[in-house]
Amino acid sequence: MYKLESKNLHLYYGDFHALKGITLGIPKNTVTALIGPSGCGKSTYLRLFNRMNDLIENVRIEGDVLLDGKDIFSKSVVPDELRKKVGMVFQKPNPFPKSIFENVAYGLRVTGVTHKTFIEERVERSLKQAALWEEVKDKLRKSAFELSGGQQQRLCIARALAIEPSVLLMDEPASALDPISTSKIEELIYELKNEYTIVIVTHNMQQAGRVSDHTAFFYLGEMVEHDETRVIFTNPKDTRTQNYITGRFG
Amino acid sequence: MTHLDIELKNLKADMNEMFDLVGSQMAKALKSLRDFDKDLAREVRVNEKRVNAFELKLDRDCENVIALFTPVAIDLRFVLACLKINSNLERIGDIAEGIAQFVLNINNPPDKELLEKTRVLEMFELANAILSDVTRAFDTEDTSISRNVFLKDEQMDEINLAANKAVADFITTHPDKVNQSLYMLSTIRKLERSGDQSKNIAEEIIFYIEAKVLKHKHRSNNSGAAL
Repeated sequence: MYKLESKNLHLYYGDFHALKGITLGIPKNTVTALIGPSGCGKSTYLRLFNRMNDLIENVRIEGDVLLDGKDIFSKSVVPDELRKKVGMVFQKPNPFPKSIFENVAYGLRVTGVTHKTFIEERVERSLKQAALWEEVKDKLRKSAFELSGGQQQRLCIARALAIEPSVLLMDEPASALDPISTSKIEELIYELKNEYTIVIVTHNMQQAGRVSDHTAFFYLGEMVEHDETRVIFTNPKDTRTQNYITGRFG
Repeated sequence: MTHLDIELKNLKADMNEMFDLVGSQMAKALKSLRDFDKDLAREVRVNEKRVNAFELKLDRDCENVIALFTPVAIDLRFVLACLKINSNLERIGDIAEGIAQFVLNINNPPDKELLEKTRVLEMFELANAILSDVTRAFDTEDTSISRNVFLKDEQMDEINLAANKAVADFITTHPDKVNQSLYMLSTIRKLERSGDQSKNIAEEIIFYIEAKVLKHKHRSNNSGAAL
């Protein structure tokens, strides 16, 4: 059974047919990269998995999206509960105007956790998982805004990890970062896949190559090709995929 | 250790295995010739398939590292060197098989006088010593070992040059052993090419560690010291 799966998934923004019959299975503890030109539907597809598209007006969805084999659009699924299982990291680091500690503890506090030691332990563990602990352990009460962009993004990853999701969605998590910070995020993704299933949207072809096990190429709302990243980057089957990854698109 | 470091470490481990496999093929080919051991020669011929399969695997691994990780600087030179060394090793594997085939083709043990006059066994020992040197140089990233190879290769060239006359003289005195003599000359030529392949490997090791290109550069007689 796949960790995440979509079956013949169609999504419409009003009259606009944004996703056209996407069928894709994402195995547990793997990294899947979604690549494609702007407007191809990859971010829309990513946002399906924690039902963030529900927040947009006039969205209509057909087909199935499954998490651990269960339909995430079934009436029994509460979106907030789903989002505890499916964490998300965005393109631009978006720490809250709080201390480093409180940023990571936030998810626990809003879900009603009050046990001080429990929260402290979870914050420390999450920061360690996000490879940030050593850099911030002596300034946990300082504002998150004092951190560099790369550190802020790792803080956001720690914040997502603190509520112990099993899936991590990443929408261009390193596109606003310098090369060193990007490399740290990529190494982190490589480490995290031992415990999480990760889906990442990226415009950076080399990044997809470096971090992912599988790659799906989207174009004009269709999923043109999906395969092991090794295959996509050495011998893609579809000419459109080849043109895109070699930079000859259009 | 970064993801790329892990991939490069795995690639190096596999390359070391290829070095060992080809080294073992050459050692067995030498023994089969010296002892006229046809069973061992057959083993070399069978194992050649493993060498070929390993070459394809390593080619694929190098292609994947380049495609997925876009390595640069020393990492890129390492992968490029691996690609070329892999090809050199496969050819040495072919040479071992060719010599084993010679052992299988002849009905009687190689003539002792022919072996001595052509110095073929001495040349074989040198070829294997050079291969062993580059194996060690690659594993330990020690370019000084690589540089020692050039002198030994020249010693092999000398034996190769003298072989024509040695074989011609032998044929004159042993006209009934023309066939074997020609096989021996062919073996010497093969060993000479094996030395060249090892020398190319030595150059690739220096290229990847020191970023120096030695290909097509003139070397004096005591070339090792000059580089």
